[in-house]
Amino acid sequence: MSKLYESQKIALLYFSVAIVLFGAQLVFGLVAAYQYINPSFLYEVLPFSITRMLHINAMVVWLLMGFIGGIYWLLPYETGRDVVGAKLGKLAWFLLTAAVGVVVLVYIFKQIGQGDFFTLWFITEGREYIEAPRWADIGIVAVMLIIYFNVAATVFKSGRITGLMGVLLIDLLALAGLYVAGMFFTPNITHDQFWWWWVVHLWVEATWEVLVGVLMGWALMHVLGTPRRIIEGWLYLEVLLVFGTGILGLGHHYYWIGTPEYWLGIGGFFSSLEPIPLVAMIVHAVYDAGVHKLQTVNRPALFWIFLQAFGNFFGAGVWGFMHTLPQINLYSHGTQMAASHGHLAFFGAYVATNIVFVYIILQHVRAPEGPILDSRAWRVAYIGMILSMVGMVGALLVAGFAQTFLERAVGGATWQDYITAQMHPWVSVPYLWRFGFGILFFLSYLVFLYDIATIGRRAPSVEVKPA
Amino acid sequence: MDFSWLEIVVASLLLTLVGGTILTRGRSWLDPVFWKRFAIVGSLVMFTFLWILTFDTMRQTAIGKGRIPDPTVINKKIGYQLDAETGRYRPVILGDEPLFEKVYTREEAMRLLTKGKLTIQSRNCMDCHTLLGNGAYYAPDLTKAWLDPKWEKIMIPMTGAKTKEEAMVRFLMNPDKFATWTRRMPNLHLTEEEAKAVVAYLKWMSAIDTNGFPDHFGESKLVEF
Repeated sequence: MSKLYESQKIALLYFSVAIVLFGAQLVFGLVAAYQYINPSFLYEVLPFSITRMLHINAMVVWLLMGFIGGIYWLLPYETGRDVVGAKLGKLAWFLLTAAVGVVVLVYIFKQIGQGDFFTLWFITEGREYIEAPRWADIGIVAVMLIIYFNVAATVFKSGRITGLMGVLLIDLLALAGLYVAGMFFTPNITHDQFWWWWVVHLWVEATWEVLVGVLMGWALMHVLGTPRRIIEGWLYLEVLLVFGTGILGLGHHYYWIGTPEYWLGIGGFFSSLEPIPLVAMIVHAVYDAGVHKLQTVNRPALFWIFLQAFGNFFGAGVWGFMHTLPQINLYSHGTQMAASHGHLAFFGAYVATNIVFVYIILQHVRAPEGPILDSRAWRVAYIGMILSMVGMVGALLVAGFAQTFLERAVGGATWQDYITAQMHPWVSVPYLWRFGFGILFFLSYLVFLYDIATIGRRAPSVEVKPA
Repeated sequence: MDFSWLEIVVASLLLTLVGGTILTRGRSWLDPVFWKRFAIVGSLVMFTFLWILTFDTMRQTAIGKGRIPDPTVINKKIGYQLDAETGRYRPVILGDEPLFEKVYTREEAMRLLTKGKLTIQSRNCMDCHTLLGNGAYYAPDLTKAWLDPKWEKIMIPMTGAKTKEEAMVRFLMNPDKFATWTRRMPNLHLTEEEAKAVVAYLKWMSAIDTNGFPDHFGESKLVEF
């Protein structure tokens, strides 16, 4: 094992928690998917509202922890020095992990509270994706500030700011600042959802996209040896396109929540352009790989980079565009169409990014001098995850189209129309497919675990021909 | 704000283009600095527009400012009708209709709505239902739940209540007892005070102008099977 910077040891801590939470996300996702088929399952113990919340919250936290791990990993490469506050960095990791543990225990065992501020502060805020109680919100911001301080201080102390680090510093500040927009209570549901989307959209469709742009840019330099000048040129173009389309693309969440009509046009126009930066990423990745004739020292990382480019484009770009214009969204809003889009987008854009970093780290730790990092298991996990994700996304897409037409277009969007549509075989049967592919995804995750435990450990066998 | 969406779109794109061109003049488009400056200008312009639109939206969506009804709308009869001019459905006020046989003052109604919103958040309603179309898809959308014909048709006889709001309270307090489908709502142990506050909130929410979402609510051509 080659020498690790303290910064990289912190990265390992973050990734170890992230991979466990990845598993938790899948387990709770499977339970929630099964509850669609058999609603009596754990009905009085862990109702759907809790399993679904755990499924999504585990995802948000493990992706974020992976990103933070990625940042700590590349920091010494970009600054030429170790992190300034190693102990502080470890303390922040411990605080974040402990806070996540406490929040999850409260979610599972307390679940809900009375309709008062105590519940909002200590049990749940009850706002999808950011249900974490207020005390945890404050903790998350504090931890993000520590991480920000660590990254910024390390960069400034090194005396040079690379393009990647410059973009990262601005993006991280926006990411931490935006979270504050979700930390208040108002009885006005329109204001509530307006600011809630500031956090959710401007994280997922703006600052997270730029952050993975930085991470993937660095990964391309590292895995394929793409020159920095080209990476940084592309990154700036991507920032222009992501922020240029994504900031006002926020408008596609403001069609139907009581906000003024001009959001229909603004949201429709800019969110239709949101796939453009994702096309740029595909061109970038394919071009780089072609130039280097697929020669790499890290095969799993390279293939996950490809998946990231294509998955991001199809999941976030194509699947997002499918229901982003207000003329279709009037009917598809709040249906399984959104679940289909969400699954593919998060897998393609963010899960793939974190897995790329897992393999880059493993290569450094296990096979720094070569030979190339490769195994049979990563291919099984890779193909298994792609097939099962496509299966889940396809199933939800069929269910989403059918729900849109039956419940919203032909039906009158009422309680009974909802039930009738959900019972229609075009909706109910895909829920079975989704669960089946979910199991396949979980099995692929187990293969992934086996692979990251073993890849690069064994020395390559050398055939000795008899004299 | 008196600008149309198209004027806002064109202005934001033009400003980005003009600002970026001025700051990058003389530079090759293959130079990373060219795109760096464009990225800074584009991000700043778009974020500035977002702030301006945010202030305007906050103003237009304050409680009691037209799009978002005054809390005392819970004392009124609310309908949902097609607006011929825009081709979209809008909530309409159709006269008086006290809630729980009471006429609330503005302060009383505001207190009730605040309690309703706190209760909705404390029970994680959004992790099964959608509100204004946002949330999870395991249970029906609640945007216009107050106007749902099922309360009169099925739930009043089922719960033995005299009025719609009473049926809603009884259902919310014991949803597991009054289930109409295998996917039952769990009992979230709402007190009567909380259930009444949630009913008031649903009534108030049904009067929000949501630009026509959901379309033709309650007018179904779907054949039950």
